[in-house]
Amino acid sequence: MTGLTAIQKVVSRKTGRPRVEVGEIVEAKVDFLMLHEVTGPLAVEEFEKISGKVWDPSRVIVVFDHDVPPSTIDLASQMRRMRSFVKKHGISNFFEIGRGGIAHQVLFEEGFDVPGCLIVGADSHTCTAGATGAVGIGVGSTDAAVVLATGEIWLRVPETMLVEIKGRLRKGVFAKDVALSIVGKIGSNGATYKTIEYSGETVSLMSLSERLTLANLSVETGAKTGIVQTDSKSIEYAECYGKCGGLLEVRSDPDADLERIEMDVSNLEPVVSLPHSVDNVKPVAEVEGLEIDQAFLGSCTNGRLDDLLVASRILKGRRIAPNVRLVVSPASVKVYAEALKTGIIEEIVRAGGIVTSPTCGACLGMSRGVLAEGEVAVSSSNRNFIGRMGDKKSRVFLASPATVAASAVEGKITDPRRLLA
Amino acid sequence: MKIRGRIIRLGDNVDTDVIIPARYLVTHDAEVLAKHVFEDYYPEFRAKASGGAIIVAGENFGLGSSREHAVIALKHSGVKAIVAKSFARIFYRNSINLGLPVLVIREAEGLDRLRDGDEAELDVANGVLTIIKTGEKFSCDKMPEFIMKIIEAGGLINYFLKKNG
Ligand code: SF4
Repeated sequence: MTGLTAIQKVVSRKTGRPRVEVGEIVEAKVDFLMLHEVTGPLAVEEFEKISGKVWDPSRVIVVFDHDVPPSTIDLASQMRRMRSFVKKHGISNFFEIGRGGIAHQVLFEEGFDVPGCLIVGADSHTCTAGATGAVGIGVGSTDAAVVLATGEIWLRVPETMLVEIKGRLRKGVFAKDVALSIVGKIGSNGATYKTIEYSGETVSLMSLSERLTLANLSVETGAKTGIVQTDSKSIEYAECYGKCGGLLEVRSDPDADLERIEMDVSNLEPVVSLPHSVDNVKPVAEVEGLEIDQAFLGSCTNGRLDDLLVASRILKGRRIAPNVRLVVSPASVKVYAEALKTGIIEEIVRAGGIVTSPTCGACLGMSRGVLAEGEVAVSSSNRNFIGRMGDKKSRVFLASPATVAASAVEGKITDPRRLLA
Repeated sequence: MKIRGRIIRLGDNVDTDVIIPARYLVTHDAEVLAKHVFEDYYPEFRAKASGGAIIVAGENFGLGSSREHAVIALKHSGVKAIVAKSFARIFYRNSINLGLPVLVIREAEGLDRLRDGDEAELDVANGVLTIIKTGEKFSCDKMPEFIMKIIEAGGLINYFLKKNG
């Protein structure tokens, strides 16, 4: 019998069987379910058709993040609906406006992303939880409704694509550049239904924050989830929290049946994803000098403290170009508070940037930084589809926080290496 | 289970942001969502789909966000089934969960012969798409038995009620 892949190991545990096979459809037990104010209300409505009782309120997490605080009456009403659901069922893991942030960041910060846990979220970037070896699966509202009622979900055990990354990153090149390059290499359809498992020395050297960026972009290849193989860093994280009895070693056996991809990033340059697809990845050099209207620093991909810090290092003592606005949305209230304390926010504001409440907002063109017709944005987020950040004739270039900050200073797409001291 | 409708041809990588932009995610009212389906990208879509349509698309249909709103908008516009070379997984699940048949058509079937506006019939259980006028048949992968049960029940909620009711 061949060895098991990491995802097979996790799903086996969650079905209570010694071994599940790739391609099998199984019903698995869920450790945590996440809902937010956009997909949550529909999930609650569907749930109420089938049950009056949440399977386990302590395992349900409700976060407000997409448009916080709400900018329309409709969204305010959706939030009110979610609050009454939370109250009715006694859900204590509820992150109200001003107390949480972007869901995937909140899950990480609050210690839910325990290695080997199965986390289902009514949001496609739930795969971010893979940074610490948890299995995060994004679903729609109806799936979430059934999980609310039963604590179980039907899953097809996915194939695994093991991505081994080698080489040390050069100055000015970041985890985001690696993640975008992987999407460029695999393609937006290249890992559909599969699990991407990340391994190799480059990944070992990455901080957990950088691994969140890596895992976050997994879904842009069509993958069901992305898992960073666990090591001492993720185990240390788990030990701090230990919210559920996780499986600490999350990695495939050497003889498991899987597809392997190798990448050497030692010569990688800063990259951008050109509109309108995430896999349209090119070196920054190819589009350098293209004028921009807005620079956006934030999202579940790159709105963390280290992202804001690298941007503030570039902004320090400089001014943003007059033709550009820089919108910064910290990924969470904790990130915001820490950035205030360390003076990062001050550097951003002094340079002419505006800092919003922690929210998705601009990332999905919902609020706080929506683009007008013909406008160009460089963004640290994860999607650049037609109309993603606003008007259908706006264009979004995805890049690292450093490239975003450097471009804001120059008023055009800029290689950050020129501005990094 | 047989479905009839006019074919609407779409290309590769049709994402959920173009099916229903985020500015309409403030509601899950099916009528409102259907009104704005493909608004930026294919404004005539709704008119074409009303009265029953079968989408025939290329690779990676429905990539992007987990918004079930996309499936609701399509269904309520008149889409009865989607046949594509491949589907993005969350969209695929969402469709099944809402009882919308989604079938993978085999590469070699020569999609060019399926033309926009042709009246067609889809035999869901057997995975056969027939053009009414010419009688020409195209085969799709059959859906796994478990998924077929959900589709036949009319979606996951109904399946659940049936199973537990
Ligand atoms: S920041 Fe953007 S990608 Fe992340 S959860 Fe929010 S809307 Fe989705």
